[in-house]
Amino acid sequence: MNNTGYHVAPAQGFWLFVLILVPMVIAALWSAHQMDTAGHAITGMNNQVVWGLPHVFAVFLILCASGALNPASLSTVFGRTRYAPIARLSGVFAICLLVGGLVVLVLDLGRPDRLQVAITTYNFRSIFAWNVFGYTGFIVIVGVYLACSMDNAPRGAVKTAGYVAFAWRILLTSGTGAIFGVLVAREGYDAAILVPLFVATSFALGTAIFLIGLVLSFRWNGQVPDPEVLTKLGRLLAIFVLVVLCLVAVQTLTSLYGGRERGVVEFLLFSGGVYPVLFWLGQVGLGSILPLMLLYSRRARGCASILTASVLVMVGGLCQLYVLIIGGQVYPLRIFPGYRSSSSFFDGVVADYAPTLWEVLLGVGGVAMAVLLCLVAMRTLPLLPRALPLKPGTLVRDP
Amino acid sequence: MAAGDTSTLPRRELLGRASALAGLVVSFAPGMRLIDLAAAKPDGEAASAEVRWGMLVDTTRCVSGCDACVNACATEHGLEMTDRPEIDAQWIRKVDLIDEDSGKEISLPVMCQHCEDAPCVAVCPTGASFRREDGIVLVNQHTCIGCRYCMMACPYKARSFIHINLTGQRTHSPRGKGTVESCTFCVHRVDRDREPACVEACTAAGHQALLFGDLSDNEGELAQRLGEVQTQQLRSDLGTNPGVHYHGL
Repeated sequence: MNNTGYHVAPAQGFWLFVLILVPMVIAALWSAHQMDTAGHAITGMNNQVVWGLPHVFAVFLILCASGALNPASLSTVFGRTRYAPIARLSGVFAICLLVGGLVVLVLDLGRPDRLQVAITTYNFRSIFAWNVFGYTGFIVIVGVYLACSMDNAPRGAVKTAGYVAFAWRILLTSGTGAIFGVLVAREGYDAAILVPLFVATSFALGTAIFLIGLVLSFRWNGQVPDPEVLTKLGRLLAIFVLVVLCLVAVQTLTSLYGGRERGVVEFLLFSGGVYPVLFWLGQVGLGSILPLMLLYSRRARGCASILTASVLVMVGGLCQLYVLIIGGQVYPLRIFPGYRSSSSFFDGVVADYAPTLWEVLLGVGGVAMAVLLCLVAMRTLPLLPRALPLKPGTLVRDP
Repeated sequence: MAAGDTSTLPRRELLGRASALAGLVVSFAPGMRLIDLAAAKPDGEAASAEVRWGMLVDTTRCVSGCDACVNACATEHGLEMTDRPEIDAQWIRKVDLIDEDSGKEISLPVMCQHCEDAPCVAVCPTGASFRREDGIVLVNQHTCIGCRYCMMACPYKARSFIHINLTGQRTHSPRGKGTVESCTFCVHRVDRDREPACVEACTAAGHQALLFGDLSDNEGELAQRLGEVQTQQLRSDLGTNPGVHYHGL
């Protein structure tokens, strides 16, 4: 293994993080056990809202995973050598985040004990089945990329693995977007633009979570990342946030103009109670406008601002996915156009959904598991580049 | 007398054969039973693509407030209601409609539409949702992983996820916590040449709003009725070609 220029994270602080994160992971497993024994009746999900908060977290982590590979792709595919020292970290973050997301996804299944069925029996017409290959393939390909870059493999091999990983991650997030995009019956989803929207969202979320992980892991090691890398990743983050905003605007305006989806858009943006609040305040305000101000404002342009902006982008991403996944389900299906409908099965009415503690524990536990895996990887593998020492008493050093 | 010449059977042998035939008929009385056995699909025989089971719902005969079909379904398949209707399994439900323009009120049952190009079948990752050759859409309860993607994809909200532990399931309706289920068109009855429980109950209630049969049999009553009255399929714009047709919408 080529360790030149890299080191393993120190033991100092490691067990403290483990002590904090392991109980969160155990809580998630306990929650999943409760859901498995008592049934999903203990969650807020029902026959109207079948995918709840765990799915929001799972999709969030999967998008973060794909996007966390940005620095590795910048280095290998786009030849930006500045990012080469952090490419390993980028690959490891990507794998760990994906594993965290998949754990949540699997534990939220009605029959998680039938996982072997899911990975041995396929219906190749199903986008979901394609995604199973997408997820496992991503872990294998990024794993090969990491192995090549750590094992003194020929430069050509690293580059090839990097190119394949880049193509695969685009396919992965496209597939995740397509899970919703092909749902022709639901007006909140049925749109091809969800595919590029998910790709762009993964770029934004992944860059944001990588920036946070980068700064914190360097801080853990008493170092500071290359300020220029932080600045440039911050600028990239701003561009990705703008692209997401643009795509959301296009999707919204198209729906309003087209008419068919006008009802669901008006619901999500104006009349839907908590959903417009999460959209305007969470996704647009806190998750887009404020980070853009922090990233573009001359006064605020610094590491602390980049870090704050990254946290806000992640908050905005969670709001975005909540509005999309939950809001798209609570809005009633239009089975009888031209009629007002009512039934004992809640036809024609907005469904109720409030996540329970079990769902929160499972979702947050998935994030904790991803972070825990990252820490274990950094503690056991030479992933951290030797960098500038940190000034005492500071979180990060402004560029 | 030539061997095998029955026209000249001795009287004793003729009486013996006649009484044996009579006994056979009596033992299977009433005569319907004989027809049943002849038409029922033997166990192990695959469903035939020459048949496409379907239904006509005549909303002009469906009575608002009548739940005979819903109750019959619940009894047939052991569907029990809880104090949380949002998580109860409903394979068939009565929907009340009001025309937004004319104010006309319509009542009709909605169940799995047994689509030819079923979205639930297309999206199911394990193939647990499947369509038999005869058009009946089912869920293999042994390979359903409970991902609920089929429920997201169904345009008719026809599927239910089992949120609680179940007991006392019927042998002909395998059900269990953590899996998805929906109307089976009472496949266990159809394979024995009987009508679905909802159809039988509607007829017994005197409404005859439900007609079940083979859509591909041009001489059959269902196909004949479909040729006589104006019908439509729910969300026909989606191109799923449901097996359930509605008259009076």
